[in-house]
Amino acid sequence: MSDLLETQSERLLEAVRGLLAQKGIASPSEISERIAITDRASPGQGARMVAKAWTDPAYRALMLADGAKAAEAIGIPMRGMPPLGVLENTPELHNLVVCTLCSCYPRAVLGYPPFWYKSAAYRARAVRDPRTMLAEEWQTVIPAEVKLRVVDSTADYRWMVLPLRPAGTDGWSEDRLAAIVREGDMIGVTIPTV
Amino acid sequence: MTLAPGSAVRVRLDWPETRGPVHIRTPWYLRGARGTVVRHLGDFPNPEDLAFARPAERRALYHVLFDQDAIWREDHPGDELLVELYEHWLEPA
Repeated sequence: MSDLLETQSERLLEAVRGLLAQKGIASPSEISERIAITDRASPGQGARMVAKAWTDPAYRALMLADGAKAAEAIGIPMRGMPPLGVLENTPELHNLVVCTLCSCYPRAVLGYPPFWYKSAAYRARAVRDPRTMLAEEWQTVIPAEVKLRVVDSTADYRWMVLPLRPAGTDGWSEDRLAAIVREGDMIGVTIPTV
Repeated sequence: MTLAPGSAVRVRLDWPETRGPVHIRTPWYLRGARGTVVRHLGDFPNPEDLAFARPAERRALYHVLFDQDAIWREDHPGDELLVELYEHWLEPA
């Protein structure tokens, strides 16, 4: 075992790739395709979904019913990805996503998680004292009359938040709307503003 | 077992981690807590077996809603926790 741990990571990766191909589990082209998809995923993808949901009621309905289908409908590859659930913020309800067990994150539509998402501090505070955490760390104050719902992503689904469309954006195009949607808005730590 | 939306449930008060190596997707802070089923999310291979490369039976996964204040005393009644839990961790309440 110590030999394995001391092996240079590049050599180890080559050996594993070779075995995967030899055993017919994953070909080099399948691995390259997956790396390219992973690298392309970014919060911009989720922002496009949000902007479309804000302007197209039919798309909004599809997104809330089946996030993965809604992602595929605008060209985001979801093959082999976990199911995607979409949590709708309303004037009465604010959603916040955390994975207290590890780091489950909707990577297909938001890309790599921000560094703090996997921190023990975020994972503990998001369930234990979410309102104080949001106010202290993000200056996001959830009004007392709005219900806060913390969604602990523990198993086979991945979750993203559909934030409220901010006031003052009437008549904006999808592209202009997508540009104001940030990563944190789709986790629930921030709220889109103009 | 199929739990209808609105069913009152209790998370099993069990600590398998004290009996040997395990992989559990039920957060410790919910053990023994009472909640309400929101919906059946689907059936998935049991991750507790998958993690050890054992044959994994498909199990029902539910979205279950808990009262945040009853668990963490955030002092803001009405706030909620929504968590994915497998059927074998839930019992009727």
